Amino acid sequence: MTLRRLGIYSAALVISAWVAVPLLLISIAAFTPRDVLYQWPRPLWPEQFTLETMRFFLRFTGVWQSTLNSVFVAVLTIGLAFAIAAPASYALARFRFRGRDSLQLAILATKMFPATVLSIPLAVAFIRWHLYDTLLGVALVHTALSIPFVTVIVTSVFVGISYELEEAAMTLGSSRAQAFLRVTLPMALPGLAAAGIFTFVLSWNEVFAATILTLNHRTLPALIVDSVIGAGAPLHFRFAGGFFMIVPALIIIFLIRRYLLTLWGVTVR
Amino acid sequence: MVVAEADLVLDRPRPRVNWTPYVLVLPAFVFLGLFFIYPMVQAIWLAVTDPQSGAFTLSHFRRMSGDLYFRQAIRYTLTITALAVPLQVMLGLAIALLVNTRFRGHSAFLYLTAVPIGISDLAAGLIWLSIFTERGYLNAVLQKLGLIEVPAIFLSVERPDWLLGAVVLTEVWRATAIVMVILLAGLQLIPKDYAETASVFGAGRWQTLRHVILPLLGPSLQTALIIRTILAFQLFATVVILAGRQIPVLAGEAYFWYSLYRSPNVASAYAVLILLFSGSITWLYLRFLRPGEGRA
Repeated sequence: MTLRRLGIYSAALVISAWVAVPLLLISIAAFTPRDVLYQWPRPLWPEQFTLETMRFFLRFTGVWQSTLNSVFVAVLTIGLAFAIAAPASYALARFRFRGRDSLQLAILATKMFPATVLSIPLAVAFIRWHLYDTLLGVALVHTALSIPFVTVIVTSVFVGISYELEEAAMTLGSSRAQAFLRVTLPMALPGLAAAGIFTFVLSWNEVFAATILTLNHRTLPALIVDSVIGAGAPLHFRFAGGFFMIVPALIIIFLIRRYLLTLWGVTVR
Repeated sequence: MVVAEADLVLDRPRPRVNWTPYVLVLPAFVFLGLFFIYPMVQAIWLAVTDPQSGAFTLSHFRRMSGDLYFRQAIRYTLTITALAVPLQVMLGLAIALLVNTRFRGHSAFLYLTAVPIGISDLAAGLIWLSIFTERGYLNAVLQKLGLIEVPAIFLSVERPDWLLGAVVLTEVWRATAIVMVILLAGLQLIPKDYAETASVFGAGRWQTLRHVILPLLGPSLQTALIIRTILAFQLFATVVILAGRQIPVLAGEAYFWYSLYRSPNVASAYAVLILLFSGSITWLYLRFLRPGEGRA
């Protein structure tokens, strides 16, 4: 028995190191003085840490603006995705109707849909619709990509809240809408917040569509790709950028850890 | 899990046709139509019509396949997929099984191994760049161990195998988490008594795993394979960061044809190709890896 325990713990330790060490290394690199990064022999642990590398990244032309753009796009995406997916999730959770299963399957199928395939034809269409190089245009594509995820989480949240409570409120004289707003919604808030947070990460991380659909109004990932491919940005810029991009992820995955399984799990019945 | 309780509420009988659910579903339906179906049709249209006259033409596909990078892009995309996806599934399964033993500290372990879900392909590329670059951590370690004197160059056009290895490693590091989460969700749907019954009848742990758990995990494995393979066909930022265009991949070529050569038509031809690849691999998985009842 103890041998088995030993096996489990050592496997867990090795895998943890495999995941954690690269994260640790990029964090060190982001706070290493610039000249140490290019030194040889290269020290593994810098004698001193500095904020200079991060400051260089944040002051780089366009970084601050594109960070704001990224946040704006993400917030807009959350708003749009909820406005569109939440009613559908409520219907999926509370009603049994014809076509319900096919709708659920269709939504699941969109989860695997290539952003690559969407972006290029949409770029052409967006020029016609005056959405090209606008943050709204990027947010619309991100909304399309996030709807399947928002739908599965929000559906599972509503399913988890007993319908009887809503019914009780309706028996006591409130309308369906009132029952929803006063009874279900407050209880659903934590789950809805998790869905919102995940949508934020999805939009914050999305590279391809943002790169294709913008020119001057870059989001942060698009700007980084641009400055690496186009301008050959220096290494310390890249490391600082990498670190800056993963910070939200670390916090966010922690916040939504309860819903991790719902996000990707097989939820079609 | 919340998911398994789905039936409880739904089976409430509901007299007469109720239009409320249809109204609620309508916005999602319209939006997905506009942003999924329309672009798909548009991609095919752009790929087979002349931009000026609008007449049917195969010239974009000919330009695509005549390009120097075309064959390499297909070869590398398939190679990376064939190397990375099985590794992701094996490692993902191992982590999911470990978490499922519920050892002390398993929730912290789950959180840590799930972190890469929130990390973009771009950031993952940058992280591993800090390791593999000339003055990177790998060289620093090798030098400390006394194995090298001058920095070895891992990421260079002269060593395509190294480049490929770096890309595969980065992909495994980043995307195993998604596989793990899918499989763990599947594992938790398997009732505990199945394994208990098997052990009562004398099955060892490995036997139970092989003959009871894995067959029941079929649908989740299938989903994980489909999702990961399709996403591997879209691989873009990781490769661009680590290898530039020295390792051409399909999505990268679509990007270069759109941004660099300003040809949305050839880029669309690549998009259609990715779509065809994704469609056929999904079909293959559903056809040949049929677990009990084929759930997607």
